[in-house]
Amino acid sequence: MVEVFGKKATRFGFGEGIIELGKENPKIFVLGADTISSVVIDGFKKIFPDRFINVGIAETNLIGMAAGLAVAGFIPFVSTYGVFASGRPWEHIRTTVCYSNLNVKIGGSHSGIMVGPDGATHQALEDIAIMRCLPRMKVIVPCDLVETKKAVVASAYSDGPVYIRYGRENIPVFTKDDAPFEVGKANILRDGNDVAIISCGTMVYESLMSAEILEKKGIKARVINIHTVKPIDEKTIIDAARECGAVVTAEEHQVYGGFGSAVAEVLVKNYPIPVEMVGVADRFGESGEPMDLMSRFGLRDVNIADAVLKVLKRK
Amino acid sequence: METSDLKIISADVRKDIIKMLSLAGTGHPGGSLSSVELLVSLYFKHMKFNLKDANDQNRDYFILSKGHVCPVLYAVLARRGYFNPDELCTLRKTGSRLQGHPAKDKELPGIEISTGSLGYGLSIGAGIAAGMKQSKKNNRVYVLMGDGEQQEGSIWEAAMSAAHFKFDNLCAIVDDNGLQIDGTTKDVMNVYPLADKYRAFGWNVIEIDGHNLEAVDKAYLQFKTEKGSPTAIIAKTVKGKGVSYMENLVEWHGKIPSKELVERALAEIDGSLR
Repeated sequence: MVEVFGKKATRFGFGEGIIELGKENPKIFVLGADTISSVVIDGFKKIFPDRFINVGIAETNLIGMAAGLAVAGFIPFVSTYGVFASGRPWEHIRTTVCYSNLNVKIGGSHSGIMVGPDGATHQALEDIAIMRCLPRMKVIVPCDLVETKKAVVASAYSDGPVYIRYGRENIPVFTKDDAPFEVGKANILRDGNDVAIISCGTMVYESLMSAEILEKKGIKARVINIHTVKPIDEKTIIDAARECGAVVTAEEHQVYGGFGSAVAEVLVKNYPIPVEMVGVADRFGESGEPMDLMSRFGLRDVNIADAVLKVLKRK
Repeated sequence: METSDLKIISADVRKDIIKMLSLAGTGHPGGSLSSVELLVSLYFKHMKFNLKDANDQNRDYFILSKGHVCPVLYAVLARRGYFNPDELCTLRKTGSRLQGHPAKDKELPGIEISTGSLGYGLSIGAGIAAGMKQSKKNNRVYVLMGDGEQQEGSIWEAAMSAAHFKFDNLCAIVDDNGLQIDGTTKDVMNVYPLADKYRAFGWNVIEIDGHNLEAVDKAYLQFKTEKGSPTAIIAKTVKGKGVSYMENLVEWHGKIPSKELVERALAEIDGSLR
């Protein structure tokens, strides 16, 4: 069984991370856009009011002011819902932040289908794709609360722009404080040589659960957590391909251009083997209870297990 | 520095612009020429900077929101001593630090951030102003925008926030030459009255003739004394100023004169000093 230490949303990890950073580094500045309590940056505001700005409902200005603060030598973190943090001001992020290689850290909260009842407008399902295509942008998709906090702290000391994707809904906490976390370095969470399940974010837990299902069928799956989608850990992916011979990717995001595509880019260039991708299949989300939606959109452990059976036939 | 000296520098900068663009074969003369006095006064009389260290912590900041008129900025920076004026002839060439629009990553001294996509400079300036306030530093921030650019909604997000946060260390300058690619700003998408709009947003507004160096000087001086709100200098200018065949003609937004017309332009600019 996968050991779980309770359930809590990754957004709280972001909130804890920026407070920890704020205490150790006077250059940390946080900017919000009218969603500050739901993306959990209000705690930072209470402790460091002079290093906090709420721009209101104005995401383009959010990015622009963060860019200006970076020019002035600060390390600004911005956060709002992922759709609005990444998509709304995309070209400002591209031209002002990335082209200028500014130290701006963008928190995309409320990502994925698990936003639930708010429906498609608020479910960021394209943010990995549109952030990872930007030169100089790093993209981190942590798997739980503990890892999100580590990602936030690490991003402050990773020079240049970073996008961190996390979520609203309570999900299992299954990594420990002492687990290694290095930007750009994947973690192998379970050994196995029959197939490699490579996932990010919320799908890492689902992948571990699917490995349990598969074990009962006599299939030993290697489960790899790729928290850093960019720069991606090519070596761990290529090693897994060589040793397992088949790969399933899993993401709570569109399969087109997203995390699975990123893994496939590595494989086709270096070690082409059969790949199946679990993700949202080129469609918009909808309202509903988070876990119902995960099932409805084929993003559960059973869906990953099915994809494994399918890929093994192609091996 | 005396106004007569600034006048001579302005003429030199105008000639640099014509020569650079002629060598490059592409670029934007009209809006470069309309901004000359606004930048010459700023860099030769008002801004704090350190030529030995362009990133000096005590510098004032300048953001060229209308990035396409970078020839005027490059010429002013070179003449002010940020880099060797010989480099001006590399504008828009492969491998040059003088990109077609300002590029931070080419590390040309004096370029604070990449610009060229219109409508972003004011929010960048507001961010720098916020940083200076937080650090309790008195560095000032200047942002040059165009009048057509005022059509971008992002400008008004930034305008709202700068007044809300009382960024009196922020000075927006609008080079109001009245023209944009598709015609007059009034006809394409009327942005006027600009002064009233900024006032309504809570700004201190100064309206001037943007080619009158004494008026420009006074406007910058007034900005420095303002407390509690950001300042917008709405500078009425002439697109293509100083070159008679370009003045107030929209087609010179992004057109390069022939060799013969270049000679005529240079002669006219020299003649203006007599």
